[in-house]
Amino acid sequence: MRELALIVVPFVAAAAALAWPREPSRPWLLPTAGGLHTLVAMWLLLSPPVVAPGTWLGFDPVARAVLPAVSLLFMVCSTYGVAYLRLRSERPNRVFVAGLLVLLGLMSLALQAQHLGLLWIAVEGATLATVPLLHFNATPRAFEATWKYLLIGGTGIALSLLGSFFLGYASLHGEAGGDLTFSALTAQGAALSRPWVLAAWVLLLTGYGTKMGLAPMHTWKPDAYGEAPGIVVALLAGGMTTVAFIALLRVRQVVDAAGAGPVAARTLLALGLFSMLVAALFLLGTRDFKRLLAYSSVEHMGILSVSAALGSAGVWFALFHVWTNSLTKGALFLTAGNLRRAAGARTVDEVAGLAWLTPLSARMFVVGLFAVTACPPFGPFFSELGIVRTAIATGHLWATTAFLGCMLFAFFGITRLAFAIVDGRPRPAARATGNRMRETAGVIVPPLVLLGFSLWLGLATPPLLKEVWSAAAKALFASP
Amino acid sequence: MSGALNLLVGLAMGLNLLALGSSRLPSIIRAAAFQGMILGVLPLLLGHGFHWAAVLVAAGTMAVKGFVIPVLLQRALRAANIDREVEPLIGFIPSLLIGAGATIGAVALAGALPLRPEHAGSLLVPGAFATLVSGFLLLMGRTKAISQVCGYLLLENGIYLFGMLLIRATPLIVEAGILLDLTVAVFVIGIIVDRIQREFDTLDTRKLTSLHE
Repeated sequence: MRELALIVVPFVAAAAALAWPREPSRPWLLPTAGGLHTLVAMWLLLSPPVVAPGTWLGFDPVARAVLPAVSLLFMVCSTYGVAYLRLRSERPNRVFVAGLLVLLGLMSLALQAQHLGLLWIAVEGATLATVPLLHFNATPRAFEATWKYLLIGGTGIALSLLGSFFLGYASLHGEAGGDLTFSALTAQGAALSRPWVLAAWVLLLTGYGTKMGLAPMHTWKPDAYGEAPGIVVALLAGGMTTVAFIALLRVRQVVDAAGAGPVAARTLLALGLFSMLVAALFLLGTRDFKRLLAYSSVEHMGILSVSAALGSAGVWFALFHVWTNSLTKGALFLTAGNLRRAAGARTVDEVAGLAWLTPLSARMFVVGLFAVTACPPFGPFFSELGIVRTAIATGHLWATTAFLGCMLFAFFGITRLAFAIVDGRPRPAARATGNRMRETAGVIVPPLVLLGFSLWLGLATPPLLKEVWSAAAKALFASP
Repeated sequence: MSGALNLLVGLAMGLNLLALGSSRLPSIIRAAAFQGMILGVLPLLLGHGFHWAAVLVAAGTMAVKGFVIPVLLQRALRAANIDREVEPLIGFIPSLLIGAGATIGAVALAGALPLRPEHAGSLLVPGAFATLVSGFLLLMGRTKAISQVCGYLLLENGIYLFGMLLIRATPLIVEAGILLDLTVAVFVIGIIVDRIQREFDTLDTRKLTSLHE
C-alpha cells in the first residue's frame, strides 16, 4: 500500500491545489506533498516491500534504486517553489502548482510500472503535465519552445508506443503470449520473435531516447530548458530523464533476454558517444547560460547511455550517476534561475559581473559547474570515474578515449561561459534589477542543500545505497 | 469477418491519400476524423465481440476521434481566422506519389515480415505502416500548425491499427488509458495552438524561429 501512496499523495495534493481558493498560500501544498512523498520513499528505501511477480505496479529493486533520488529532488525543489512563486506573484499559480504535483505522481507511477503499457501511459501523461509548466512565463519564446517540445516529444512518445506494440507482437509468437509485464516478457526470453524485438528496440530507444534527450533527438531540450522556470527544468533534468532512462533499462533487459543484448549494448554505446560529442561541440559554441546547462544535460544522458552499455558493473555506476547528476543538475538549474532573474538576460553578450550582483548564487553556480564537469570531490566525479574504469576493464579503449575527449571539450565550453558571466563589470541596466533582487534564504538554501547532497554522495556514498544499486543491477541482469 | 475488416482498413488507407492530396485544411481535418471513426469500429470486429468494455472503448474512440478532436480543430481554425489553404513544403503531387508508393511498399513489407498465421491475410499491418508514413509526411511536409496536428493524428491512427493485432492479448484498460492520453494530448495541443496564434498572430510554424543556436 505504501508504494501506492507515492502516487496517490501527489494526485490528491494536485486536486487540492486546483480547488484551493487563495493564491499566496497555494504553493505551500508543494512542500507538504513533497515532504510526505519523501518520507514514504525513504521508508520504502529502508524496508522495501515484496513485489509479487506479474503485478503491474510495484516498488521493485530498480524503483528502489532511483525513486528516492527523484523524491528528494522534488522535495528540495518544492521549497524553492514557494519562494519562487512568491517572487512571481503576478502570475496565477493554480495550474502551475497542480502541474508540478501531477508530474511527481506520474513520475512515481512510471518508475514503479512493471507493465509496458502502463509505463507508456505514465510517461505520456508526464509529458503532457509538463506542458503548462513550460510556458509559465507566457512569452512568445516560451510558447515556441512548448510547441517544439510537444511536437518532438509527442512524436517520440508515439514511436515508443509503436515499439511497445512491436514488443507485444513479438511476445505473441511465444507460448503464453501477450502478457506485457516485464517479468513475463523476460521469462519468455528466446521465444520472443527476434525481428520484432529488434524493431521494437529501435523504436523504443528512439522514443524514450527523445524523452531522455539523447542526440540527435535532443533538439527540444535547449529550447525548453532555456525558456522554462528553473524549478521546472530542475525536475525535468533530474526527474523526467531518469524516468526515461529507467524505461530504457527495463526494455533493454527484455531485449537481452531475447538474445539481442549485444545489439542493444552497441546501439546504446554509439548513441551515448554521439550525444556526448554533439553536446561538447554545442557547449563550445553556445552563448546562453541556460542553454549551456541543457547541452550539459545532453552530455550526461550520453554518459548514462554509454554506462548502460557496459554490462552489470556499468549499470551500477549508471544508477550512481543518476543520483549525482539529478541532484547536481537540480542545484544548477535552480541557481541559473536566480541568475537569470537578477541579470534580466541570459546570453554572455548581455550578462556580466554576476559575482557582484548576486554573490551567493554566482558562487554556487561556479561550484555547481565544477561539480557537473566531474571535478572532485563532488559526486559526479566518482560516478564518472567508475564508468571510465568499467569501460577500460571491459576493453572499450576507443570508447574511453572518445568519452574523455568529449568531457574535456565540455569542460572548456562550460568554464569559458561560466567565468564570462560571473566576472567583469555588470551592465548598467542589470544593476538596477540586481538591486531590486534580494538573495533570500528561500532561493539560496534549496540549491545549496542539493549541492551538499552531491558532495555527500561523492565523499561518503552511503553503504545502503551501494547495496540498493547492486540489487537493481542484479535484477536488470538476471538472465546470464 | 476479415472481409469487412479489410474493407474498413482499405478505406482508411484511401483516406491517407485524400489527406495528403487535399489543399484545404478543413478537408484534411475531415479525412483524419473519418479515419478515426473507421478505426473505432475495428475493436468490435476483432476481439472481444460485443463485450461491454469493447463497446465502451469503441464508442469512446469514435466519439473522441470522430467528433471531439475535429470540432476542436475546426474551432481553432475559425478562431484563428487564417487562410484555409495549405502551404506545403513537400508539394501535393510528390506527397501523393510518396504516399501511394508507401502504400504499395507497406503491402510488400508486410508480406516479408514474420506475421502470425491469423494475421497473414489481413490488411492491418500494411494499413498501419501506410498510415504511419502518411502521418509523417503531413507532419514534416506542411507548415500550418493545424495540418501538423492532423499529421500527428494520422501517426496515432497508424499505431492504433498496429495495436489492433494485440487486442485479444492485452487488457482493454491499456487501450482505454492510451485513448485517454491521446485525448488529453490533443486538448493540450489545441490550447498551445491557440496561444501561438494569439502571441505570433500566425499559425505558420516557419515563423517560430526565435530559438536557435
